[in-house]
Amino acid sequence: MSALRILVPVKRVIDYAVKPRINKAMTGVETVGVKHSMNPFDELSVEESVRIREEKRAPGGVEDIVTISAGPAKSQDVIRTALAMGIDRGIHVELKEGEELEPLTVAKLLKATVEAEKSNLVLLGKQSIDDDAGQTGQMLAGLLGWPQATQASKVEFGEGDSVTVTKEIDGGVETVRAKLPMIVTTDLRLNTPRFAKLPNIMKAKKKKLDKKTLADFGLTSDKKLKILKVTEPPVRQGGGKVEDVGGLVSKLKELGAL
Amino acid sequence: MASRSNVVRALRVPGRCLRLDARAGRTLTTTTTTSNGLPSAAYGRCAATASAPRFFSAATARHAKSTAEMYPSLKRDPKYAEVTKEHVAYFKELLGSSSAVIDGVNADAAGDIEPFNEDWLHKYKGQCRLVLKPGSTEDVSNILKYCNQHKLAVVPQGGNTGLVGGSVPVFDEIVISMARMNTIHSFDEVSGSLVADAGCILEVVDQFLASKGYIFPLDLGAKGSCHIGGNVATNAGGLRLLRYGSLHGSVLGLEAVLPDGTILNDLGTLRKNNTGFDLKQLHIGAEGTIGIITKVSIQCPQRSAAVNVAYFGLESFEKVQEAFKEAKKQLSEILSAFELMDLQSQQLVSKVRPDVQKPLEDDHPFYCLIETSGSNAEHDYAKLEKFLEDVMAKEIISDGVVAQDETQVKTLWSWREGVPECIGHWGGTYKYDVSIPIADMYQIVDDVHARLLEAGLVGDTDEYPVIGTSGYGHMGDANIHLNVAVRRYDSAVEKVLEPYVYEWVAGRKGSISAEHGLGLAKKNYIGYSRDETTIGLMKQIKHLYDPA
Repeated sequence: MSALRILVPVKRVIDYAVKPRINKAMTGVETVGVKHSMNPFDELSVEESVRIREEKRAPGGVEDIVTISAGPAKSQDVIRTALAMGIDRGIHVELKEGEELEPLTVAKLLKATVEAEKSNLVLLGKQSIDDDAGQTGQMLAGLLGWPQATQASKVEFGEGDSVTVTKEIDGGVETVRAKLPMIVTTDLRLNTPRFAKLPNIMKAKKKKLDKKTLADFGLTSDKKLKILKVTEPPVRQGGGKVEDVGGLVSKLKELGAL
Repeated sequence: MASRSNVVRALRVPGRCLRLDARAGRTLTTTTTTSNGLPSAAYGRCAATASAPRFFSAATARHAKSTAEMYPSLKRDPKYAEVTKEHVAYFKELLGSSSAVIDGVNADAAGDIEPFNEDWLHKYKGQCRLVLKPGSTEDVSNILKYCNQHKLAVVPQGGNTGLVGGSVPVFDEIVISMARMNTIHSFDEVSGSLVADAGCILEVVDQFLASKGYIFPLDLGAKGSCHIGGNVATNAGGLRLLRYGSLHGSVLGLEAVLPDGTILNDLGTLRKNNTGFDLKQLHIGAEGTIGIITKVSIQCPQRSAAVNVAYFGLESFEKVQEAFKEAKKQLSEILSAFELMDLQSQQLVSKVRPDVQKPLEDDHPFYCLIETSGSNAEHDYAKLEKFLEDVMAKEIISDGVVAQDETQVKTLWSWREGVPECIGHWGGTYKYDVSIPIADMYQIVDDVHARLLEAGLVGDTDEYPVIGTSGYGHMGDANIHLNVAVRRYDSAVEKVLEPYVYEWVAGRKGSISAEHGLGLAKKNYIGYSRDETTIGLMKQIKHLYDPA
């Protein structure tokens, strides 16, 4: 059984609890001065990778856990959070403020990283809550030619490099098994991410963080898709109140429902 | 981005929902209301908050004995008339809308009236048979004028989240619920002054202000139910007093209806107005004894763009004090809350909510929650981190966590805001909200616990009324909430606690009610915190406003 070398990509997104606002030009959402945090699904993969090690779940042990994030300078904050949660080291691919990557570019970037880091397990969030594309894990599996298990709610390791993954599907779960190396994307029931403890936040500052650029991977941020317009969903029409049953009946008649 | 809502929904899967909703849940704490601390008037007692929050599940719901049965020494003053059908007919005519009157005189409406009769701690229960919900200041004025003429006793009520039995009737007083008066009238985006009806729910007002980049200068656990009128009437303190000060400073003006129906219009929006007596101050904290507040004008500060929260464990109360000193020194202008929770309080929360992840796995005798609010996230975080590293290195704190996102901010706050609700989980809570010079602040919890143990009242089985004693509160304001969690309200427990607690506090020159007010619970104990001259003057003021 080979030792695990886990790669955990993370993304800095607008905080899940913040209500996003569309910018004046209607080309995207307002990001300046808005609280950003780690994508919630990525938090789950960070937590899972650390638990796999702590719970000694893999027979071959965990040799290395590395996280990677592509984004502006502030993306280092989410890398530091991941390091404070227990990941060994980080890679930051620095983009210009406002520069964004499409899922295929991210998948290519991750493929190159998997090869350089000799990773044999990639744990990704099933989607990022900013663009909701939900494609990166699947594209990466395609590019690498590896098996994939999406929307994992449970990840178990067996003899002979086998990995059993319980997946969330409509109306139930589906259990699949494959051999390393493989791709797993995470879903909400997988675990509850921990709080970053103070001593670990301090230690995280001393952990190794490599800085790279897209050019180091031979990639550019050119896009295949162009966003034409971003709009708010239509405002929901408010309901009305009636005084009593009589009022309800006459209202329904008025609306032609009776 | 449209599907962000799907994610939100997706995030609410079982098991995770507590983590995400922790703060949205009803976590009631402080506000209050109460009855006149002054003898005589049954009119009086103002209101804090509205249609009573009922978060107890059916399985744990209890039916309180009526206040008159529990406290036989309370006697109804015979000078007040009983509500008759003629009275009810007048009010129906006056208020017009059928939803504005809950009539238990002509018909049995016990079920509808119950939420107005009973406080949320299930400690006090009145026998009111008529609830009026005025829709305007004129309605309130007409009601009071009529009641004054016909000698009908009334209780103003807001969200009914008060903790001292001031917002519910004792006998058959008419409840005047402010719930229908809930309009936000104006907001000045330059000065930050807001004018709103007394019946506006605190959280609703705060959300409105958030959309304008401002914040309400008061925040408390009961925010989802309490009314701002009740907050002002009871001078609620809450979680951010440390930062934004007391309502005596932030309230700019008031409109109130006096006991005879006169409308007092002092609804200014000016910060400065030195023209004679500042009469509105008398209504702030008067708990409705001299009038019902109908509108409030309040100064709202800019909302901070960057909020950070840290939660840590400490080994002794001495260390807590050192941490507080260091926090003031190193965080100074960005420090917005410094809250204290003892181990017992956190254990009770985790017993009631076993699914919620504990911030720290190990037990510590004390926990503190620090919040910083500022305009620059990086600057604030760097400052907070430096402070935490420093207190960690000096071994002032034993362990700690820092919230990494908004959701964690809310979860950490829920460990403080959820305490009152969780302590009440098994039946009830004896609550003492006292301020004591900071060095002695926690000693009262140990002393009271020792006393209860000695009296043989504490135990794990049903025959013992007391489950445990805990202390938590606003370290920054030297204000501790001493809570005794009980399976039932029991006069034996009450005898051990009172007047012992009040004597203990008076002996250290503390206040027997730091922010909850007097209400019915503390009315008779005012002498422990105020001298005769002061109480005499209060009585004269009450008589001036309400001679009948």
